[in-house]
Amino acid sequence: MNWHAIKTIYAAEMARTWRTLFQSVVSPIISTSLYFVVFGSAIGSRINEVQGVSYGAFIVPGLIMLSLMTQGISNASFAIYFPKFIGTIYELLSAPISFVEIVISYVGAAATKSAALGLIILGTATLFVDIQIAHPFWMIAFLVLTTVTFSLLGFIIGIWADNFEKLTIIPLLIVTPLTFLGGTFYSLDMLPALWQKITLINPVVYLVSGFRWSFYDTADVSVGLSLGMIGLFLAACIAVVAWIFKTGYRLKS
Amino acid sequence: MTESVIDIKGLYKTYDSGFSALQDINLSIPKGEIFALLGPNGAGKTTLINTICGIVNPTGGSIRVNGYDVVREFRKAREQIGLVPQELTVEPFAKVFSTVKFSRGVFGKARDDAHVEKVLKDLSLWDKRDTITREISGGMKRRVMIAKALAHEPQVLFLDEPTAGVDVELRRSMWNVVRGLREHGVTIVLTTHYLEEAEQMADRIGVIQNGQIALVEAKTALMDKLGQKRLGVRLAEPLHAVPERLAGYDLTLEDDGRRLVYTYSAHDDRARIQPLMAELDAAGIHYVDIDTQQSSLEEIFVDLVGGNA
Repeated sequence: MNWHAIKTIYAAEMARTWRTLFQSVVSPIISTSLYFVVFGSAIGSRINEVQGVSYGAFIVPGLIMLSLMTQGISNASFAIYFPKFIGTIYELLSAPISFVEIVISYVGAAATKSAALGLIILGTATLFVDIQIAHPFWMIAFLVLTTVTFSLLGFIIGIWADNFEKLTIIPLLIVTPLTFLGGTFYSLDMLPALWQKITLINPVVYLVSGFRWSFYDTADVSVGLSLGMIGLFLAACIAVVAWIFKTGYRLKS
Repeated sequence: MTESVIDIKGLYKTYDSGFSALQDINLSIPKGEIFALLGPNGAGKTTLINTICGIVNPTGGSIRVNGYDVVREFRKAREQIGLVPQELTVEPFAKVFSTVKFSRGVFGKARDDAHVEKVLKDLSLWDKRDTITREISGGMKRRVMIAKALAHEPQVLFLDEPTAGVDVELRRSMWNVVRGLREHGVTIVLTTHYLEEAEQMADRIGVIQNGQIALVEAKTALMDKLGQKRLGVRLAEPLHAVPERLAGYDLTLEDDGRRLVYTYSAHDDRARIQPLMAELDAAGIHYVDIDTQQSSLEEIFVDLVGGNA
């Protein structure tokens, strides 16, 4: 293992957070706070408890999950796409560093940033609503698994993208709609029966449900199923990244 | 026998499209040499460098750098190599010092700010160490790229068109930097379109064309072998035509018959100058001045690649 290289890339990526503090940290916190204000206070005050939890508190795990997924993708995809775009990728490809080490560095930094952001949002949420964490270990486990998985997905998108439109198309057109329709702002039993079944196709449902269970001990689907789905998604991302390593897809000719 | 630092045997690169970029490349470069790789656009210069450096996967053959196979022992092989690519590509938002330090770390070397400082000073970049790279000139960026390539103390430095777009003064200062590196035992492989650059710096020259090495020769031997010399004789009185008795010499008249030019191979025919001058005297042709010119590497190169350069 080239630990110096891993440490160097990781540190450089983390340093980029401070250079883009408003974009990386402040902006997602403001967006999430607005969700609290609009959904939690303005609309939420007119909604009764959901699954025995006040609506404001109910949406917190979903909002954190939304942030983990979008920021994980955004951080990792941009981190690997930018060197490709400006041409500095040559340095990584000619360095004595394996693809595995490249992924550990970039995905590790992206996951760290989005996990930290998730925790900051959790802290911010406590300013608005009372929050309990029924299963702290599983809360951290879901948080880490989700950030790593979606950072891997972001890394894949960053490798695949050959322009800025492609870089944003999957987060905007697929991930965000799936997140909004994945039970972030509602419980599945609030939906008509048919939609309750259809919505189970959405993988984000399982992530949000599992994460919410770690807070309030209540879930739309079983916790085992949630863990299984995120494990499956993680395995799929690892398989795609392994294929990228093997073929050098969009990195080496 | 001189120790080879780069040893390429039977190297092929064929892209998925079927385009054959490199064909049966065999090349050995000894330690401490400055080797210039010349060739027309698309000949395979950059592909060859990128294949050695690990950016392009070879289709066949083997490449060893300091004895390490670039595929099977890629870590050890790449530790030996520094690469300065053709395009000006530096992280635009990083400071000069930090981007050079980054390169050292990525190549697996422990942090050594003193070495980074030395590299920056050697390249006259120390004053710019805290400047954001996007705020420095193109020439400075090129130096930053060289500094990044030297940050991990490589044994072999690849310079792909290192002075493209660089002014004459900076170009000459870079040549001095490269010579200084060679004095420290670094092997330099450079591609260039400035043949003056190869002429000034290279110990040996390789010409690549259509993905094949057309020739590899010591620079001086190449110029001796293929270079032509021109002996110019400024005549006291203009001639209308070359006299019959001088037909055995390759003579032409220029400047409205005021200059007689004898073209000869620098390698073979030098001995015929004296008879020519004797013939001129015997023919009563008076002259007032004599000069000689040797064909440049550029002219040799154009001859070699059939004017496709």
